[in-house]
Order: sequence, then C-alpha cells, then structure tokens
Amino acid sequence: MSTTTAQDEQEQTGLSGIVSGYVAKVRGGDVGSLPAILGLVALVLVFAALRPDTFPTKLNFANLIGQSSGVMVIAMGLVFVLLLGEIDLSAGTTGGVSAAVLGVTLSNHGWNVGLALLTAILTGTFIGLCLGLFIAKVGIPSFVVTLAAFLGFQGVILEIIGEGGTIGYRNDFVLKLNNGAMPLWLGWTLAVVTVAGYGLATFISTSRRRQQGLVAQPMLLWGIKTGALAIAVFAFVAFLSAERSPNPTLKSIKGVPNVVLVILILVVVLGYLLSRTSWGRHIYAVGGNAEAARRAGINVAWTKVSCFMMCSSVAALGGILIASRTNSVSPQTGGQSTLLYAVGAAVIGGTSLFGGKGKITDAVIGGLVIAAVANGMGLLNQPAGIVFIVTGIVLLLAATVDALSRRRAQASGRV
Amino acid sequence: MSVPATEQATRAATDQPLLSLRGIQKSFGAVHVLRGVDLDVRPGQVTALVGDNGAGKSTLIKGIAGIHAFDEGEYYFEGQPVHVHGPKDANSLGIEVVYQDLALCDNLDVVQNMFLGREMGSSLRLDETTMETRARETLDGLSVRTLKSVRTQVAALSGGQRQTVAIARAVLWNSKVVILDEPTAALGVAQTEQVLLLVRRLADRGLGVVLISHNLNDVFEVADDIAVLYLGQLVAQVRKDEVTRGEVVELITTGASEKNGGER
Repeated sequence: MSTTTAQDEQEQTGLSGIVSGYVAKVRGGDVGSLPAILGLVALVLVFAALRPDTFPTKLNFANLIGQSSGVMVIAMGLVFVLLLGEIDLSAGTTGGVSAAVLGVTLSNHGWNVGLALLTAILTGTFIGLCLGLFIAKVGIPSFVVTLAAFLGFQGVILEIIGEGGTIGYRNDFVLKLNNGAMPLWLGWTLAVVTVAGYGLATFISTSRRRQQGLVAQPMLLWGIKTGALAIAVFAFVAFLSAERSPNPTLKSIKGVPNVVLVILILVVVLGYLLSRTSWGRHIYAVGGNAEAARRAGINVAWTKVSCFMMCSSVAALGGILIASRTNSVSPQTGGQSTLLYAVGAAVIGGTSLFGGKGKITDAVIGGLVIAAVANGMGLLNQPAGIVFIVTGIVLLLAATVDALSRRRAQASGRV
Repeated sequence: MSVPATEQATRAATDQPLLSLRGIQKSFGAVHVLRGVDLDVRPGQVTALVGDNGAGKSTLIKGIAGIHAFDEGEYYFEGQPVHVHGPKDANSLGIEVVYQDLALCDNLDVVQNMFLGREMGSSLRLDETTMETRARETLDGLSVRTLKSVRTQVAALSGGQRQTVAIARAVLWNSKVVILDEPTAALGVAQTEQVLLLVRRLADRGLGVVLISHNLNDVFEVADDIAVLYLGQLVAQVRKDEVTRGEVVELITTGASEKNGGER
C-alpha cells in the first residue's frame, strides 16, 4: 500500500516534469528566494551598465563581500527570532558591545585572541539569555525589550570604550578576519569540498529515500542542482583568485576573502540546526502555531530563550566582523542603520516577519542585495540620502512580494 | 451516582475502564467549572461527552490531557491512580487529545506535524525517512486515502484532511485513549461521515475513544456510551441504546430526565 501510493506521487522525472513542477510551485506562491535572486541579478546588471569601469570589477566584488558580511551575519542570527515571529532590534548594538568587549580584552588587556573572541561571543550569548528571559518568562513583547536594549547598549558601548574614543584592533587574526584573503589553494580546496559535500549529502539522502520506497527527487534534478552549484562556486572562486589589486606591483591582492569561510561555516551549521534537528523543527512549530507547539509538549519558553541566545551570539560575531572591517571599534559600530539593514536583508531574502517561514540562506542573498544597493549607489556618486531612499524602496518592494506571494499561497493552499 | 446500579454491575463484568475519573473539581478563580465529575472510558468503546456550552467539557478534557491540573479528585489509568502534570505525562500514559481548534502547525507538513514534539532519531539528527514511512503506514492503517502526499504542508489541506491528520497523529503512538474535541464541528457532510468512520475504526481497534460533540446525530451514529455534563456535573453516563434523543436533550438542557432525574 505504502509503495503504491508513493509511486502514485512520483511525478514526471524528465526535464520537462522538473521545470513544470517548479513553475507550478512558483505560480502557487511558493517563490522562496527567487525574487531576491532576480533582484540581485537586476541590480548587478543595472550598476554594471551604469558604471562599467568601477562596479563589475574584481576589487569591487571582493569589497562588496566584505561590506555585506557583517550585516549578513547579523541577519543570519535574526532569522532565528524572525522565525518565531519575534524581533530583535538590539542585534546590531549587541554586535557593537561584543566588538567593544573584544577590543578591550584584546588591545587593552592583551588577552589571548581565542579567549578574547570566546568572551566576546559569550557576551552576546549572555545578552540573548537576558533578552529571552524578559520576553519568554516575564512576557514583555520582544519589540519593547529589544528597543530598550538597543538604546541601552549604545550607552554600554560608550562606557566600555570611553567617550568619543575608538579602540583599534591590533591582532592580526582579528584584522584578517574581514580584510585578508585566503591562499589560492585553500580557496579551490574549499570550492571542491563545498560542491562535493553538497553533492554527496543530497545524493545519500535521495538514495536512502528511494530505498525506503519514498518519493525522492529525480536523479536528473539532483544532477542539475549539483551542476549549477559547481558552476557558480567555481566561477566565484576563479573570479576572486585572479589579481584584483589596482597596482599589482605594489601590493598583490588575490584569493577568496577569509570572511567567505566564516559565512560558509555559519550557513552550513545554522542551516543544519534549523532543518535537521528537533530544536530547529520546534522553532518552526513555535513560529507557526505556538499553542499547537505547547500542546505537542514543546517547551515554548525555552525555544524562545534559546533562539534569542543564538541570535545574539551570531550577532556578536557579526559585530566583530564589522569592527574587523574598519580595524577598530567605535561607538557607532553596529549602531545606526546596521540592524535595520540586517532585518531588511533577512526579509528581502524571503524570511517572513510573521514567523514560521525562512531559511539561513535568505540572510546571505538579502545581505548581498542590500550591499549591492549601497555599494552601487556609492559608485554612482549618489548622496547618502538617495542611498537610504533607494534601500527603503527595495525593502518595501521585497515586503510587497512577500505579502503578494503569501496571498497567492493562501489561495492555492501553499504557505 | 448517576448510573443505575444494575447497569454498573453489568459493566464491571464486561470491561475494566481504561480511564476513570472520580470526584473531579476544578475552579478558575471564583468560577467553579467542574463540581465532582465521575467518568469512565472503556477500551473498544466510543464514549460521547455531551453538554451545553459552558458545561465544562473542554475544561474536563484539558485536565485529562494535563494542560491544566485538576484541583481535586482521583485520576485512574488502567486501574492505577496516576498524576498528570503536563501533556507529556498524559502522552506517556497513552492518552492523546485531538483539539477542536486543531493543534496543527500550518507551516509544517503532514509528517512534521504528526511527529511534532516527539521526533524520531536523535535530537541532533532527525530520522526523516523513518518518520515519513511510519506516518504513511499509520495513515494507510486507518484506511485514509484522501491524502495525496504526506509531505504536503498542512495549510494546503481541507478541514477534513486536517482532522484526519490530527487523528492519525493521536494513534501513531500506540495510544490507548483518544479524546476528540468536536472533530466534526467545521466539516461538511461528506467529510463528517469520513471522520466519524475513522472514529469508529479507532474504537474497533480496541482504543478507548471520547468524543465531544454538540451534534446528537453524530453522537447517536457512532457512540456506545453517552455521558452528559450539566453545569460542571456529570449527570448521566448511559448506554446509547438505552436512551432516546429526547432524553439526552433533556439531560443536556435541564440536567435531569424523567428516567434519571431522581437518582442524583
């Protein structure tokens, strides 16, 4: 019985079947990250056409990654609380506080770099614990708790690093985190490991499902996905492995930026936690229907607290990346529009503000969109005001796509 | 006692109740919702729990399920006194509740919902294939043919299909008692029929089933036993074939009928 029904479900395995299946999915409102990817492509094409000399260069491409990494990482953390239908307005300043802690321990007290980094990240974890307890146990809306934290932490940063001052990072490892590039061989090794890892993992799970008589994706689809990933990854590494220094004789710059490795590790680890562990499953359940989750025996309060802890820990790392980029931590690190850009990145990527829907990769794609707008507008010599306005419009556009696809999904029964 | 003595004697001979409540009391602040409820649920039987709005039906089942504790009273499971402090306690006894407002997550698929809170595999590595296989087997075992794919998101299902998923989740765990809170309230005629058929099938598999319903048609179609709650008291628990619809209506609205009235 089970095998026959499974076979009934087997759709066309040919190329046309795959394509028509995907089209049906998108038309049904399950757009995923498609609008963000299309938007990114459109932005890149527009800026490349307007500034062919400066925008589509290797140097600018690498800069784009460095500029977006901090916001991107904070957005990854935010995905956890957004999935619950909550918000963390203090994620940016939490990153700032952690970066300041790193600055003080590293530069002023000369701690070992590993210990200092661990302390900075655990500072974030502790902040998340406090926020989570206020939200889940005391029952204050996350908007209010984290707004208070947002305001308070700006003061905390000032107190830590002193009025008006900055603390420079002098540790090579921390500076290289978001400035340096890895050796060429490491970039290529990483590319091979990424593609092989993805291909192998999906191949094993697909064949396991087939063995059990369950519906599995056709091997052709697996081939297409793995092939597409391979092309994208190798093109990416090849592009970044070429010389990109404006003056190669003076200083050679080539190789994949180090921060790509940080982002890759985060995507794999956090993505795994969300999709393959019971904790991740419970996050989606709490975001989808908290009462149902409670009745299913899930500890809703703990799930919320743990998500805020995860968010703030990851945000701490994001703050460190931002500070590493500027070689120092200042009272503005992680402040100003950082948080709103990070929320924007997650939402543009396809994470819903209503909870229950979103992925870690959304943060990466959305982060690139935000950075592309800021970077491209800068190269067009637009004043900051115009950049803000355009970024706002892009975000509004993304939210509109989210709302429209949601409406469509409700009509067609996909959410 | 509300049940006639002779009736009780014949019953004791047939089957030991799976679940027994004695003298259950529950108040919310000043509101005294349950005032000494006695209830028996027997294996292989559908016990219908009926009563007007506010009679305390939902409070009673939430207490049985461990959502909130009873203030007073005894709770026996398979003859043993037990203490139920949370949904997990009730689940581990083998009690499952299918709620009126369908405790399903719309953003998760059928398999994810059926195993919610009790995922298989280690907590660091969910065993999706086993879960999917078992979900499929359970649905097939209940002769459910309306679900095309168990990887469909629940949001995409009709009311009847959702109810089916909720019931299938309840029987997935070799449960002994399944409590259904108004499973047909929001359904059309054909879907109601499907769900009632499923309810009957659960009892035929030897489970104790409690069916809460406002719809006496449903009750008389599927129940073996009818328990009537009136203002927080269980005024009668009688065999279906021994009462008429009129008597049940009278019990629900006035708490007494000519037949049972004097025995309170």
